[in-house]
Amino acid sequence: MHRGYEKLTEVRTFPQVTALVNRIDWLGSFANEVPFILAAEKLMGVEAPPRAQVIRTILFELSRIANVGLFLGDLGVQLGAVTPVFLAFRDREYVLNLIESATGGRFHPNFDRIGGLKDDLPAGWIDETRAVMKKLRTFCDQMEDLLFGNEIFMARTKGIGVIPREVALQYGLSGANLRASGVDHDLRRDTALPMAWNKADWKVWTHTDGDSFARCWVRLQETRESTLIVEQLLDQIPAGPVMTKVPKIIKVPEGEAWVATENPLGEMGYYVVSKGDLGPFRVKIRSASFNNMSVAPWVLKGVYVPDVITILASLYFILGDLDR
Amino acid sequence: MSALLAADLPYWAQTLLRVLGGIVAVLLPAGTIVYVFLFKMMSFMQSRLGPMEAGPYGSMQLFAEVGKWLQKEDLYPERADKFIFKIAPIVVLTSTFLLVAVVPFGPDAWFTNFEAGVFYALAVSSVSVLGILIAGWASANKYSLLGGLRAAGQLIAYELPMVLAVVGVVIQAGTMNFQNIVVAQNAGSIFGWDGLGNPYILTQFVGFIVFMIAVQAELTQTPFDMPIAESELVSGYMTEYSGFRFLIFFIGEFATAGVFSLIASALFLGGWGVPFSWFGWDSMDSIDNWMNIVGPLIMITKMMLLSGIIMWVRFSYPRFREDQLQRFAWKVLIPVSLVNIMATAILKVAF
Repeated sequence: MHRGYEKLTEVRTFPQVTALVNRIDWLGSFANEVPFILAAEKLMGVEAPPRAQVIRTILFELSRIANVGLFLGDLGVQLGAVTPVFLAFRDREYVLNLIESATGGRFHPNFDRIGGLKDDLPAGWIDETRAVMKKLRTFCDQMEDLLFGNEIFMARTKGIGVIPREVALQYGLSGANLRASGVDHDLRRDTALPMAWNKADWKVWTHTDGDSFARCWVRLQETRESTLIVEQLLDQIPAGPVMTKVPKIIKVPEGEAWVATENPLGEMGYYVVSKGDLGPFRVKIRSASFNNMSVAPWVLKGVYVPDVITILASLYFILGDLDR
Repeated sequence: MSALLAADLPYWAQTLLRVLGGIVAVLLPAGTIVYVFLFKMMSFMQSRLGPMEAGPYGSMQLFAEVGKWLQKEDLYPERADKFIFKIAPIVVLTSTFLLVAVVPFGPDAWFTNFEAGVFYALAVSSVSVLGILIAGWASANKYSLLGGLRAAGQLIAYELPMVLAVVGVVIQAGTMNFQNIVVAQNAGSIFGWDGLGNPYILTQFVGFIVFMIAVQAELTQTPFDMPIAESELVSGYMTEYSGFRFLIFFIGEFATAGVFSLIASALFLGGWGVPFSWFGWDSMDSIDNWMNIVGPLIMITKMMLLSGIIMWVRFSYPRFREDQLQRFAWKVLIPVSLVNIMATAILKVAF
């Protein structure tokens, strides 16, 4: 079910690929579409108008919140606390409603287009989003009280599954797993993409411990940071069109392009090779879960069986992303 | 009721009357109220919709749940030891009912009242281990067996601090009879002031905390739910159960929480009584008859309070790891309760 994305892209046209690839990380689907579209735009030499860039970034961060919010709830369940998952599903619903009202799809928006976005935002969406971001910060505070301040949670996660900085770099970890090992690396800040992250004032969270607690803690802080990014960008949405001029039938000129973004799970990149046809000649997808999980044999050596659950939960993978 | 029971009925008739009257007048309403209360509380904590929406104020959720479980097929594994498999949930529930037999609800409202009540209660509370162990064994399932063994190890480990915590109360009251412990608390005084009686939660606070922690572990509820850890053992000894046998386990879980709360309130919170100084009573015999009606209500209130705390902890904590759990029992709770016993004994002799 989760297999063969790369081969399947070869028999599709460029606009069709997004509908396929947003199944990879199904909890934060919109974020899967963005790097592919950016790669295609890079090959064609077009750039989305400023309004589309900001809205793209907002939706990208919303999908991060939807994804990582559920991670926080799931973490509770893996450790035996049932309440966090109910709270997570309750508050994720607000974000999904936002995504749905903007894009028409709850899980698989398929909203990003080469050269911009499918539609403009609906009326009243901005105010609604502001209210929801406040709710989600409350959710983050609740999670911090409920889980991260709990002695049993600390006893279960602190010092468990420590990944030192060197090992994290050797195994090619990315995302929160890498930052929890003390590497200050975030593609949102470190690469120049036609997106709007640099318009907001935000912080890359790192932790020095590299244990399960650090990984979960970094994710929690990032969720809160995402709500702040969204709020700041909501004030800065410029006027203008959401779609630039692109031909009706998209033919991507010959060439190769690599674009990677900081997705909810970590670094996700597309290497797109085009031969000037309607569809890509070859696509290589680098998704985060596989590399993040490849450290498991190293980190799971000699731990207790109940700790395996904690460590796997804190490394955080989506099966569709891993199994691919 | 007391006049009726004081008549010269034979022992078996008295007991039958007490049991039937107690079940109809005390246990059924108490169970329903506590269940509805706990489910409401749980639904507010976890934002569950069922107990808020089903029927007026969500009161019909109880019937919905029971109806759902009764409809399900009564499955058992092919290689299970069928007889043992079938009686296991009943053994667990039996322990609950045996426990409630010694809890007093009023001056005359008790099922049975005998001298070694505390001893008996602590003894029969371990019968549920037997039920869990045979449920795990008879399921012919490795997860169930592991869960059953974990449960046995845990319940034995936490039985000790529980017993030791109660010893403090027994030393202070000088009796193992529940009725006398309740009277001793309500007739007592704190440094000569008898406005509150002398509930043992004040003098035996350490014992109370240890007792409640041990109860939480005896009930195999979070943070001590290693035996049914669903992310490790699927559901432990409950894995193979479905339909009404699962329902019995489920009822047993809630009912045992309620019954342990009753025992804790009798031991530490003054049980059914009000401080005797309020009405000028000085002993058992001078208590007015209406306490037989008010007593159960007081008990149910305290039970809701304590089981509310049990459930509150259950819904807000993650679970221990198995080794942390055992270490906590042997290295923290048992030494603490031993020190508590020593201190109680010294103070008892000194005053």
